[in-house]
Amino acid sequence: MTRPPDPHQTTEANVDADIAARRAAFVQVHESPEFLELRSRYRRFVFPVTGGALAFYFSYVLLAAYAPGFMGEKVVGNITVGLIFGLLQFVMVFGITALYIRYAQRVLDPMSTKIRDELEAGGLR
Amino acid sequence: MTITHVMAAEAIGSPALNLAIFVGFVIFTLFFVIRASRTNTNAAQMYTGGAAFSGRQNGIAISGDYLSAASFLGIAGAIAIYGYDGFLYSIGFLVAWLVALLLVAELLRNTGRFTMADVLSFRMQERPVRMAAAMSTLAVSFFYLLAQMAGAGGLVALLLNIEGRTGQSIVIAVVGVLMLVYVLIGGMKGTTYVQIIKAILLIAGASLMTFWVLAKSGFNISDILGDGAKAGASLEPGKQYGLTETTKLDFVSLSIALVLGTAGLPHILMRFYTVPTANEARRSVVWAIWLIGLFYLLTLVLGYGAAALVGSEKILASPGAANSAAPLLAFELGGTVLLGVISAVAFATILAVVAGLTITASASFAHDVYANVIHHGKPPEGAEVKVARRAAIVIGVVAIAGGIAANGQNIAFLVALAFAVAASANLPTILYSLFWKRFNTRGCLWSIYGGLIITITLIIFSPAVSGGEKSMFVNQDWSWFPLSNPGLVSIPLSFFLGWLGTMTSKEHLEEKVAEMEVRSLTGAGAHKEALEH
Repeated sequence: MTRPPDPHQTTEANVDADIAARRAAFVQVHESPEFLELRSRYRRFVFPVTGGALAFYFSYVLLAAYAPGFMGEKVVGNITVGLIFGLLQFVMVFGITALYIRYAQRVLDPMSTKIRDELEAGGLR
Repeated sequence: MTITHVMAAEAIGSPALNLAIFVGFVIFTLFFVIRASRTNTNAAQMYTGGAAFSGRQNGIAISGDYLSAASFLGIAGAIAIYGYDGFLYSIGFLVAWLVALLLVAELLRNTGRFTMADVLSFRMQERPVRMAAAMSTLAVSFFYLLAQMAGAGGLVALLLNIEGRTGQSIVIAVVGVLMLVYVLIGGMKGTTYVQIIKAILLIAGASLMTFWVLAKSGFNISDILGDGAKAGASLEPGKQYGLTETTKLDFVSLSIALVLGTAGLPHILMRFYTVPTANEARRSVVWAIWLIGLFYLLTLVLGYGAAALVGSEKILASPGAANSAAPLLAFELGGTVLLGVISAVAFATILAVVAGLTITASASFAHDVYANVIHHGKPPEGAEVKVARRAAIVIGVVAIAGGIAANGQNIAFLVALAFAVAASANLPTILYSLFWKRFNTRGCLWSIYGGLIITITLIIFSPAVSGGEKSMFVNQDWSWFPLSNPGLVSIPLSFFLGWLGTMTSKEHLEEKVAEMEVRSLTGAGAHKEALEH
């Protein structure tokens, strides 16, 4: 692909110095309390939620495979337990999606934007 | 879910009308593709449309990419024939998106630029990891392509009344050539427009049919389910997978491959690069989840509706078997015209998905193998795009040949195979490289190659390929692996191999973790040169 000519990339030595400086900047940010807070808030949300969602999904799978009688029980008319369980999976997916969006916009985005702006203001390309 | 070789029954509807509607779609979309071609000049445009799509556009395109022939024809058919067991596909395919949304989409957008390998090789020894990622991208895309092309063959039998194997082969070739035209002229931008148009048509068509089915029963869902059940679509789980302990385990295995496969599908991952920021990537996934979820809710009604109104037996006996449930239901509801519209939509579905797969596979070859492995990231001026175009042509020819050979094979089997390969070879390395500091080159290579080899080996020796009633080779039996989907074994093994390779290697890459983690979570530098490292 074509790359625009870059004044920084005149010599190999220059490039190496650039990379070293940038890596140092990243390490510094990586150890900052703001970044650690962002990472922990992100992971504290997504790990348990993903785990919970998969657990709910596999409980549906196992019930369908090993308790077909229970899943086939009729609740109202021809609506069975299994059908409700299946539809609840849809509800779960939509619900988690909405929750995550809200969480990301309120908690994660302001933090990550601040760190990014500082990094880029510091001359990061 | 088998497309039978027998194409003896007469076609339904009017082949001429079906063809006319399809040609109309092609002309309409070609207009957008040719418009998009004006800017399709460099690698960034070819692969990602210049990362200029909005989250909403990309989300619709993702759903267009994801809702393949297996989703539309396959799921509706599986529900119409087996009832509740077919519903697993819908649920697995949807829940899988949570993994993509929460763990993968944004981080991937922030650390990469064109291909999945961008992220995997970020802090590893670049060339071997790119090579491995390109291999698994090509493998997954190939199996996915086969499924779509085989689907095209089966659909043709029903819709255009082309019964001979030769005639169907010609149609598969025409689909392949059309797809190449889209890819070569329009690049990612043109392909994205095709996917957007197709997604809208598909969801509108399925909504119309669902509404119609509901209206016929006075909007009483319970009645539709009851009638469907009487006609053969069981309300209780187990009609397909409840027969023996082995088939139950097979159901569990399939469910694992479905839910973990999506976030490792290269053509889906690549779509995250067509938007400018991680924020837009998130918005894309949200749009995709709503549309895909809505669509799968519709397939539930369509499946039971097809059983109730057409009848499971009649569907199985028709040319195209289970895969013709949706078209047959359309004919039952709206006669020749609705059948023509729905068939054109189904063709468009196949065409758009095949184009997306081809872009991904050719980008992976040109960007990862040619530009980075062979030319160390500095290919001759303009050569990468040329290589990508040539790769697309080769992939197109292979897809046509494979599709002709696979015509008559089981679509769901091939798609589940692609999912199993993606979940085994790609997902462990993606998650490890995003979340595990110690992960290194050997772990990456063992997990990708190990996952690839284990998955494909287990499939070759499974009852899906030989020794069973529905096998690809019915009269021979070399199978020793009992499950037709290998996910239950291959996915944990690939995770284990990634761990084992990492721990047995002395390579420590923790110093690069700082840059990768900061970039992945903040998007610093992502919309500029994310890959100079």
